[in-house]
Formats: sequence, structure tokens, C-alpha cells
Amino acid sequence: MKFDVAILGAGPAGLAAARAAGRRSASVALIDDNVTAGGQIWRGAPRIAVPTGVRFFPQTRVFDLRPGFMLLTESHGAMEASRLILATGARELLLPFPGWTVPGVFGAGGLQALVKSGLPVGGKRVMVAGSGPLLVAVAAALRTAGARVVGITEQVPLGRIVPFLAKYPAKLPQAFALRARLLGVPYWTGTWPVRFDEGMVTLSGGRTVAVDYLACGFGLVPNTEAAQLLGCRLDGGFVAVDSRQETSVAGVYCAGEPTGIGGLDKALEDGERAGAAATGQAVNPSRGAFVRDLAAAFHLDPRLFDLAEPSTVVCRCEDVALGTLRPYREWREAKLMTRCGMGPCQGRICGPITNCLLGWSAESVRRPLVPVAAELLSKDVLQP
Amino acid sequence: MFKLRCDGVEIVVAEGTSVAAALLGAGVSRFRSSVTGEARGPLCGMGVCMECRVTIDGVGHRLACQTMCRAGMEIMTT
Ligand SMILES: Cc1cc2nc3c(=O)[nH]c(=O)nc-3n(C[C@H](O)[C@H](O)[C@H](O)COP(=O)(O)OP(=O)(O)OC[C@H]3O[C@@H](n4cnc5c(N)ncnc54)[C@H](O)[C@@H]3O)c2cc1C
Ligand code: FES
Repeated sequence: MKFDVAILGAGPAGLAAARAAGRRSASVALIDDNVTAGGQIWRGAPRIAVPTGVRFFPQTRVFDLRPGFMLLTESHGAMEASRLILATGARELLLPFPGWTVPGVFGAGGLQALVKSGLPVGGKRVMVAGSGPLLVAVAAALRTAGARVVGITEQVPLGRIVPFLAKYPAKLPQAFALRARLLGVPYWTGTWPVRFDEGMVTLSGGRTVAVDYLACGFGLVPNTEAAQLLGCRLDGGFVAVDSRQETSVAGVYCAGEPTGIGGLDKALEDGERAGAAATGQAVNPSRGAFVRDLAAAFHLDPRLFDLAEPSTVVCRCEDVALGTLRPYREWREAKLMTRCGMGPCQGRICGPITNCLLGWSAESVRRPLVPVAAELLSKDVLQP
Repeated sequence: MFKLRCDGVEIVVAEGTSVAAALLGAGVSRFRSSVTGEARGPLCGMGVCMECRVTIDGVGHRLACQTMCRAGMEIMTT
């Protein structure tokens, strides 16, 4: 299958790109591993429809990308495109504390995603913890779904959130609307969970709260792996792009969270620009201080990196504890000696953790991007 | 609504429910045992962490959070 433009990721950024590209180009492919379009925020209920004329490939995981460009998928084999738009979104930053591996502890967006896919939470006592605007959105959604949200703990002190909101009055109505749906729910700022044990969360400061579920995420980590496989340059951990969303690799564009964590509005603007640029249309410049201000406002307190004890598991795939990792200087060495990051998640969860706790930086990305059946890798077309 | 089974126990689920949501909803919290035998269950909800792996209709290592329930499915925690 050959296309003018292939878009990887059907979240808000990918959908906006598809809409823009679809205005001009006859042959656009939109690829996503989920059952429906919408990405993380619209999971299953996208507010931008897949444009007519754009071919949507749901439940299609891209496990490798090659120059030229070729995308390798499990369900549709190799797909070719002259130009590529990477709209691969973000995952949550999950930080280890004693008890974080116990079932019942989820990411914040993670629990929200499970609720959107049918998990009933009616009457469940849930604490939402971690950092970032996502916490309030998740708490509001959980409450609407019938959960008893027993509290929100945000690691940032209130004194840093207020000036941030004041600088972005356009976001205020949304913030107040969410808060209105959370009347009576305590919002503890400058606070975080330090332990989870037998359904009991202990917070910094000593308070203990009984919960059924703890939903805890410390912000978002950009999914830059696809871009890295193609050799796109990163800048400060994000995919570097010019004012037209083009990466350092000609013909490869990137939009949404991988170029800077900025949420829905930024993802939509990026996607529009990338879709237009990739099909030779005029592009509106970006107006970007929000990404920087958001990161500064929700900067993580370094004390969060001291919560794990020597026996606390850091790499959940291979059960490697923090104490086992301490003697090593960098990830590569630790990987060889301890198998940290060698399991099926390929370091997607523990990589950012070792970066925060030990200052290690992730090395180059491995092929395939996700574990795939061995016979796929041995097929002729999929050979390097 | 339709039925499926997890570890031999019948579960009734609504259309559009993921396997992870169905199991958690039915009170299953241990989806798999880690390499040292710890209980683990879903974490990221989006197909990244691989903690929700179960056996579905005899196929191992399926991600419960990325798989939709179908009538008659046989799920085994691992
Ligand atoms: C778990 C989670 C829940 C969130 N919930 C909310 C919320 O409720 N409200 C809110 O305002 N913000 C939420 N966010 C923040 C969210 O990241 C942004 O607001 C917005 O969705 C970003 O849009 P995007 O298009 O950049 O990325 P996304 O919406 O993340 O879309 C990226 C898409 O690319 C797909 N993809 C990535 N790699 C591949 C591959 N190799 N093969 C195939 N498909 C691939 C992903 O499956 C995904 O569908 C959430 C984030 C996370 C991680
Ligand atoms: S819960 Fe993380 S992969 Fe399913």
C-alpha cells in the first residue's frame, strides 16, 4: 500500500493533521493501534471525525519505520508513504514509591482510560495523585462515573499554580468548570503519596487515607521513539521541529505531545500545521510559550525522587529494585548486568524513572518498537 | 450484555468493555505474576506497561487493556 502522506497516531494531533492534509492530498493514511480514533483524551469519542477520503487503519501497531518511508505493521504488513506525520502522543510519568507495584495502583490517566473502556467505579474510593492539569480532569471524570474521589494530591505548591492560571485566563473557565464538578473533594497541594499498603495511602506530611484505587501520575513523557528510529533530532527530550512542524529529517513532520507537552489545543494547532505543511499548503505560525510555562509550573519536586527504598522495584518487567541499580553509572551497563529495561515494555516505564532517580539518559531506541511475533520479523519484506 | 469466563468463572460484561475493565470490574486484581512472583495488574491503561498481560483463548501475553471482550472468551490470568 502506498500513500502520499501517512499519519501515525489518531489522537487530536493526528486527526487535525488528517483534516488538513485531506483538504489537499488524495491519498492519506491514518494509523493507530487503538480500536477507535481519538487518542488519549477523546478515547473512543473523537470530536474530529476521520475525514472522508482519508484511509483509517485502527488496531494497527507500527513496530518499525524505515527511511523512504516505510511503516511496518503487524496487521497490514509494510505501508509506504512519501511524507510522514508522527503524532504519537505521550505516556504518563510513573514514579516508584513503596507499594506502587501493588494491584490497585494505576496511572492517573491510566485509571481514566480503563474507566473509558468500561471499568465501573461506582462507589469506589479513589485518590488521584501526582502532578499536572490532568489530575483534575481525571478526578472530575471519575466522579461523574460515580467514584468517591477522596482527595487530589498535587505535588506543586498552590503558590506556583495560581500565577500559572492567572497567565492563561483562557484556561480558567475550564479549570473552574472542572473544580465545580469536584465540590467537596479536597485538593492537597505540595503533597504526594509516600507509601501504599493494604489499601492505605500514606501522604507526605503523615496523613493516611483508605482507598480502593490510587490513580497516580506525575505528568507526561513524550513518545519520541518512532521519530528516533528515523533519526530525527531531539532537543531536551522532545522531537525538534521547525515552524512548519518538520523534523530534522526532510519529509518527516511531528505534531502534538512529542514536540512539547501542551495538551489538546496545542496538539490541534500542531496537527493542522503539520497536515498543511506536508501537503504544500500555507502554514500559520505557532504561538508557543504555553509549553514552557506549563513545564515550569509543574516542575517536579526532587524529593519525589527519594521515595523509593532500596527494595522498591524500579523495572517492573524484570523486577529490578532500586538498590540493585545503585552501583551502576549508566543505563547501558545496568541493563547488561541487571536486565533493567530489557523486558517487554522495553524501558518505556523504567527509562524515565532511572532518568529522574539516577540521572541516566536512555540510549538509542531498539527495533522493533513493540514486541511482535517472531515470524513477522523473519518475513522478507520486513528485513532491514 | 454477554458472557465470558476468567479462570473458569463466568463474567457478564457490556458491549465495548476491554478485557482489563471486565476483569477489574469482576474483582480480579492479580492479572499476572511478575518474574519474582509478585501480583501485578493494569497500570498504564494504554498498552505501554505490559503489566496487564493475560492468556486469551489460549494465546499468551495478550494485553488486556487493548483487547475488547467478545462473547465466550476464555481468559486465564498468569
Ligand atoms: C493515559 C492518558 C490519559 C489522558 N487523558 C486526558 C484527558 O482526559 N484530558 C486531557 O485533557 N488530556 C488527557 N491526556 C493528555 C493528552 O496527552 C493530550 O491532551 C492529547 O490527547 C494529546 O494529543 P496527541 O494527539 O498529541 O496524542 P494522543 O492523544 O496520545 O494520540 C497519540 C496516538 O498515537 C497512537 N500511537 C502511538 N504510537 C503508535 C504506534 N507505534 N503504532 C500505532 N499507534 C500509535 C496512540 O495509541 C494514540 O492513539 C491524557 C494522557 C495520557 C497519557
Ligand atoms: S495496563 Fe499497561 S499495557 Fe495494559
